[in-house]
Amino acid sequence: MSTTIDLDKAATAPTFTGISAGRKARNSLATVLMTLAFLVALVPLVWVIWTVVSQGIAAIVSSTWWSQSLNGLLARQEGGGAYHAIVGTLLQGLVCAIIATPIGIMVAIYLVEYGAGTRLARATTFMVDILTGVPSIVAALFVYAVWISIFGLPRSAFAVSLALVLLMLPVVVRSTEEMLRIVPDDLREASYALGVPKWKTIVKVVIPTALSGMLTGIVLALARVMGETAPVLILVAYAPYINFDIFGGNMASLPLMMTVERSNPTDAGADRLWGAAITLILIITIFQLLAAFLSKVTAPKTK
Amino acid sequence: MAKRLDLKDVDIYYGKFHAVDSVSLAVPPRSVTAFIGPSGCGKSTVLRTLNRMHEVIPGARVDGEILLDGENIYGPSVDPVSVRRTIGMVFQRPNPFPTMSIRDNVVAGLKLQGRKGKKELDEVAERALRGANLWNEVKDRLAKPGGGLSGGQQQRLCIARAIAVQPDVLLMDEPCSALDPISTLAIEDLISELKADYTIVIVTHNMQQAARVSDQTAFFNLRATGEPGRLVEIDDTPKMFSNPTEQATEDYISGRFG
Repeated sequence: MSTTIDLDKAATAPTFTGISAGRKARNSLATVLMTLAFLVALVPLVWVIWTVVSQGIAAIVSSTWWSQSLNGLLARQEGGGAYHAIVGTLLQGLVCAIIATPIGIMVAIYLVEYGAGTRLARATTFMVDILTGVPSIVAALFVYAVWISIFGLPRSAFAVSLALVLLMLPVVVRSTEEMLRIVPDDLREASYALGVPKWKTIVKVVIPTALSGMLTGIVLALARVMGETAPVLILVAYAPYINFDIFGGNMASLPLMMTVERSNPTDAGADRLWGAAITLILIITIFQLLAAFLSKVTAPKTK
Repeated sequence: MAKRLDLKDVDIYYGKFHAVDSVSLAVPPRSVTAFIGPSGCGKSTVLRTLNRMHEVIPGARVDGEILLDGENIYGPSVDPVSVRRTIGMVFQRPNPFPTMSIRDNVVAGLKLQGRKGKKELDEVAERALRGANLWNEVKDRLAKPGGGLSGGQQQRLCIARAIAVQPDVLLMDEPCSALDPISTLAIEDLISELKADYTIVIVTHNMQQAARVSDQTAFFNLRATGEPGRLVEIDDTPKMFSNPTEQATEDYISGRFG
């Protein structure tokens, strides 16, 4: 027993070495740093959600929040709801989307399919870039200057939608452009080779292939502009009642309701402020889920 | 329906770059003509001028005449879209439309040209898929996406799509270079069958393939890097592979190139 030879032991030095101590240390350090960065980024996010939910949950679970306006209620009076502001936000967003989406898609199609490399296309891309960087207050004041000061039209929800169009348009152009660019040229050539004209190739082959990404981009752009505050502050007055007329009269929206209720020092005001905040976050979340759903439904399938 | 193609002194330019120099050749109807030659010698470029597909690239232009049964496809009043309806093309990589089902891929040409009813399209789809030897493999899943097929099946789907519009000429740009040997064999068998109805021009890097499928072979080459590509020689395939006239052809075919 004492002279057993270890047959499993290698006769020569192994070709492969273990992970060195230095690499292990660097790996651990990097892991710790990245986990910390993630936690630091998570803190404000969780904090915001916690604050909004804890302060606003009482308001939105009330039976009247989703179905009534604040018409006829005094500032300190509890009750009523945000229906007027929800309608306003959705209406202004919808009108904005109806205007910005077709224009944005057509600009992107021009840039990718027709204008590639031309001077007009380069100028358009440049201006879209500038428009992307325009602050919402500037867009709002521009619409005020043109729509109200020059044309002499009244402040209205439609003016708000026009300002939102200025903010949404560059985002739609950019995202649609990216989606059209990743459609392989092979597909365009295959379509041309079948004797299909260019415009029909774009409508029936290129856009359906890119549709999934295009819809996501459009819905996300819309979700973003619906929370804009500067246009509603400047271009329309707050109304505590329900107004469906986008061309005339005062109209509430969730950001506007929040700024108005902020100057209401009573408990009722605080409830409405936080309730409107959580409602706005919920609506935008629903839009983002909708975008994810649409993208999944319209994506090209292989099964 | 198969027609003959005649190229007369065809020069091809990309902007200022002279890509192909003075090609003249004749492609008889109901035959297979193979284009062989080293990479960059202009054979694919010549193929793409045969249905005006090269015009997709900005700055591309052609001098000379390309005649389809005597009619110049570059005539001043000729619509390139109508040329491509008459002269179909199959590409190197299978490219079925990802948003369409197998059936819709096959009838895409007719559907997008906006003709014919559903029943007629179903008949066309079956005829084209049978013609491409794919019908038995896909008849139970015509409504499934074309992207779910194997590479070789996708390429036969693309051939079915090209013959569904009933072209006079079928151009194939290295149709087997992305496929395994079994799928390649299936496509080569198909080419031999399609020859009965179509005029076929095929570009290939595989010389055995050229020898197997073609009736006549054209050898393209460059004089030197930066010079335009040119047609060295065109002749019946057996003669090209056994006893070519030009020394350059023999060197290339026997592997003594360069």
